[in-house]
Amino acid sequence: MLASLLVAGGGFTPPKVDYHALAPEIILAAGICVVLIVDLFVSESKKWLTATLAGFSLLLALIPVVTLAVIGSNVRSLFDGRYVVDNFSLIMKAMFLITGYVVVLLSTNEIEEGGYYQGEYYVLLLASVLGMVMMTSSRDLISVFIAFEFLSIPTYMLAAWRKRDIKSNEAGAKYFLLGVFASAIMLYGMSLLYGVANSTKLVDIGAAITMKGQFRGVEALAIVFVIVGFAFKVSAVPFHQWAPDTYEGAPTPVTAFLSVASKAGGFVALISMLYLAFPHAEKVWQPFIFVLAALTMTLGNLVALKQTNIVRMLAYSSISQGGFILMPLVVAGTKATETSLKTVVVYLLVYATTNLGVFAVVIAVSRKTRSGEISSFGGLMTYAPGLAALMTFLLASLAGIPPFGGWFAKLNAFRAVLEAGTGLGYAIAIIGAVNTVIAFGYYGNVMREMWMKPVPNGDIAPIKVPPSLMAALAITGLGTLVLGILPGLVLRFGDIGALTGALGR
Amino acid sequence: MDVLRTNNALLTIGTFLPLAGVLVMMFIPKGKELLHKQIALFTAVATLAVGVVTLMRFNYGSAGKLQFFADTSWIKVIHSNYTIGLDGISLPLYILSMVVTVLVMVYSWDHIPSPGNPKAFLILMLVLQVGMAGTFIAQDLILFFVFFELVLLPMYFMIGVWGGEQRQYASLKFFLYTMFGSALMLVAFLALYFQVSGKVPAGEASFSIPYLAEHGGMLGKTVQIWIFAGMFIGFAVKVPMFPFHTWLPDAHTQAPTQGSVILAAILLKLGTYGFVRIAIPILPTAAKAWAPWIGGLAVIGIIYGALGCLAQTDMKRLIAFSSVAHMGFVMLGISTLTPLGFNAAIFGMVAHGLITGMLFFVAGSVKDRYHTLEIKRLGGMLISMPKMGWILGFCAMASLGLPGLAGFWGEFPAIVSSYSPADGLNHNVFRVFMVVAAIGTVLAAGYLLWLFQRVAFGVPKPEFAGAAAGHNDAHGHGDHVADHGSGDAGHDDDHSGDIHDVTFFEWVAWTPFLLAIVVFGVYPQLMFKIIDPAVQVTLKAFGKG
Repeated sequence: MLASLLVAGGGFTPPKVDYHALAPEIILAAGICVVLIVDLFVSESKKWLTATLAGFSLLLALIPVVTLAVIGSNVRSLFDGRYVVDNFSLIMKAMFLITGYVVVLLSTNEIEEGGYYQGEYYVLLLASVLGMVMMTSSRDLISVFIAFEFLSIPTYMLAAWRKRDIKSNEAGAKYFLLGVFASAIMLYGMSLLYGVANSTKLVDIGAAITMKGQFRGVEALAIVFVIVGFAFKVSAVPFHQWAPDTYEGAPTPVTAFLSVASKAGGFVALISMLYLAFPHAEKVWQPFIFVLAALTMTLGNLVALKQTNIVRMLAYSSISQGGFILMPLVVAGTKATETSLKTVVVYLLVYATTNLGVFAVVIAVSRKTRSGEISSFGGLMTYAPGLAALMTFLLASLAGIPPFGGWFAKLNAFRAVLEAGTGLGYAIAIIGAVNTVIAFGYYGNVMREMWMKPVPNGDIAPIKVPPSLMAALAITGLGTLVLGILPGLVLRFGDIGALTGALGR
Repeated sequence: MDVLRTNNALLTIGTFLPLAGVLVMMFIPKGKELLHKQIALFTAVATLAVGVVTLMRFNYGSAGKLQFFADTSWIKVIHSNYTIGLDGISLPLYILSMVVTVLVMVYSWDHIPSPGNPKAFLILMLVLQVGMAGTFIAQDLILFFVFFELVLLPMYFMIGVWGGEQRQYASLKFFLYTMFGSALMLVAFLALYFQVSGKVPAGEASFSIPYLAEHGGMLGKTVQIWIFAGMFIGFAVKVPMFPFHTWLPDAHTQAPTQGSVILAAILLKLGTYGFVRIAIPILPTAAKAWAPWIGGLAVIGIIYGALGCLAQTDMKRLIAFSSVAHMGFVMLGISTLTPLGFNAAIFGMVAHGLITGMLFFVAGSVKDRYHTLEIKRLGGMLISMPKMGWILGFCAMASLGLPGLAGFWGEFPAIVSSYSPADGLNHNVFRVFMVVAAIGTVLAAGYLLWLFQRVAFGVPKPEFAGAAAGHNDAHGHGDHVADHGSGDAGHDDDHSGDIHDVTFFEWVAWTPFLLAIVVFGVYPQLMFKIIDPAVQVTLKAFGKG
């Protein structure tokens, strides 16, 4: 019976699997299982073990990423080119794994002391990172969608982790509803794409959808729907409404994760779609991305100016930063295509480092002040000069002031749009330049609180920073400084000359 | 580009040495204030020592060439190098920044402004020094930008933490103005790079200033004018030129004395230096098109600043407005695009740095003693503290451009040069500018002498009168108390017992300034002979040798 079915199925030959290329994903999957099982068998007092194991599996997964990067310049194409390991995906994988590790460091004390479920937390965190790692290699509509859901669904639950807090519930519910809505729209767009191209492979779609020859409304509709779906994920205006509430309600380490890793995941997906599936339809999406980028950076900035809660301010700041990450994509498809791709990668790296650092400081400070208000940073310079100085560096980096990482990311973004020399490019450059100045309004506000305002309620007991948080601060602080002073040194491994070519295969 | 590559580590050491001090101070608890002051002063002096070595090793025979030149790969991805060098234009400013930092450190020995914390204050000052020196040696646009921006945050905090009552407003205004300018400047730099790289063989273009100075001229006029516009805003905000000057009076008035001195002496020069080093040599066609507008705004600044001075009631604010006027002379000299005008401008930058820096020192010390700078409450300074009063008089004379003092050699040649600007500029327009600028010098004499008269002449005001006597004998103090009872209860003149003449640390900090004002005033050739060869090289695109 079974034998006849197999015969009827036609000579199925299992695909040749390149296990080395898949090793990061496999290690993560194994890590998820291990954490889950260990969580079952250890006593309450030893639950910290789950955090350690989660961090360990993230670092372990980094090893094959490094070996892959060292060994080969050649692209490893798996499953008929639907899953590709190239330089781009390796860099992004490394970024996601390190980000995940730093988030584990941020979470350790918060989750342990808050009395939350620890094992499940780290399982979900690892699952989401696994989704991101998969996303970097996905070159097919199905795998893009699965990776996308894989990285999203755990975060819906993580956002609602403080389940006795009504704000956290709101955060989770809002994020879930809007996320599902976005997924539906995106899926609709993808189904149209499949209908047009008769293939789920991104390169095939890219070959089918071209402005030359027959280009119908349905193609444009499909492109716009797919972009809208990812625009929700990267919280681009006007699809950003979930972000501030979710960021504020979620536990702060989760917010850090959402604002950095989850957002970067959305950008990775967007890049694969733009560069592989719609490279010849740039006339459709360039103006669309232009509007998104301009609105996102401007509105995010203007609303951030008015915030009094630090996490909400950072939420809008991250929206605005998202606009800057979109900025180079406005000129993707012109002669600056390659530059703009590199630029987005560089920006994501710098942004991830810096923003995680900012959240680390916020967590460290709120351990003492138990407040989320910006005014709770008052006089930080007088009683915690180290933290205040670090926060100043990190905020300066976000604001794009040399010599901290952010300036180089912003410089690159401007460079890309000016290199293209298109009208849209110049327009977005001017808008970006003005926004850079506005942004200092709220970053400077926090600096002002720390340096120039008195300590609220006069409590100048020093802040105790637990070791894991200290490690996170050190990693992000050093990273921000090194990325700013010697960007060339760090980005050498990311000298992604053949990146666009690599993405194509 | 002809460069001298000897001693190419010297500039790097001189620029980054202050960071060594910062590093040491970071690990010393802030309670050890004396130790912090010692380390900071030692670092600044050591940096100056490197500067003196630079002065001695400088090849004065070829001041037009970039010396101590170094060129190392920095950010390969964007073709930006760590290119540094020093020529006759940057040398005086580079050294000035070191000298001013040392003297400001000396002044800080017993003048740490409220709310104290010398550790942070001195660290910021050292970082500031790195940014200032770096800007003057950078020969790569991206490097220049980084140093140019590096000074922002320390100055922001210096004004915002240690400043006057309106400090937070003033510091934010300072920051936002400058940042707006530098954002557009950066966009202009990048546009310049891409425009040039479109015209030269692929892969050859770079951000190197000497390289761009050779190749920028090939760009079309419209492109040049737009790129120049971006740079213009960036530099004009920093200078500051009318109408971008409004941050300056606030920042100067609110900044602590040290901050005002550094602002006046060095930071404002970053803008004018940008014009001389970058905007004009790289974009000669645009420079010619823009020159009448720059000259026009410059003379508006001269008159506006002078009128602003006449309307001020606060001594520090008056000096701040006089900066607007003086920088107008510098910009007028630059706008003529002639060697004489450029020489005057660079001399004027240094002279203004010395004189206005000195005036701010005096203002700061007066504020320390009187706890007010309201001109109508001061008076009779020649009686209550004669030495301070005469120093103020000396600086006022220098500032109004008295021949024989340094200020003269910045203003007079600038006015003369606008009689015959470079070929291709409208002579009549510039002659009008010349006349207006000349009227400006009269106004300058007016407001400075009037300031001196109101502050130094006459007898001390009743509220402070007892203090002067009280300083001499105990009996006077009783009078003061009686005065206090009779009126003006709102003023905090219970501190007026502080009124005393110039202290030791003030003498140490000020004497070099005063000497330099005289030396450069009597023998200006000392500086002109360094500047001139470099100016000739800079202006070679304009044909007039």
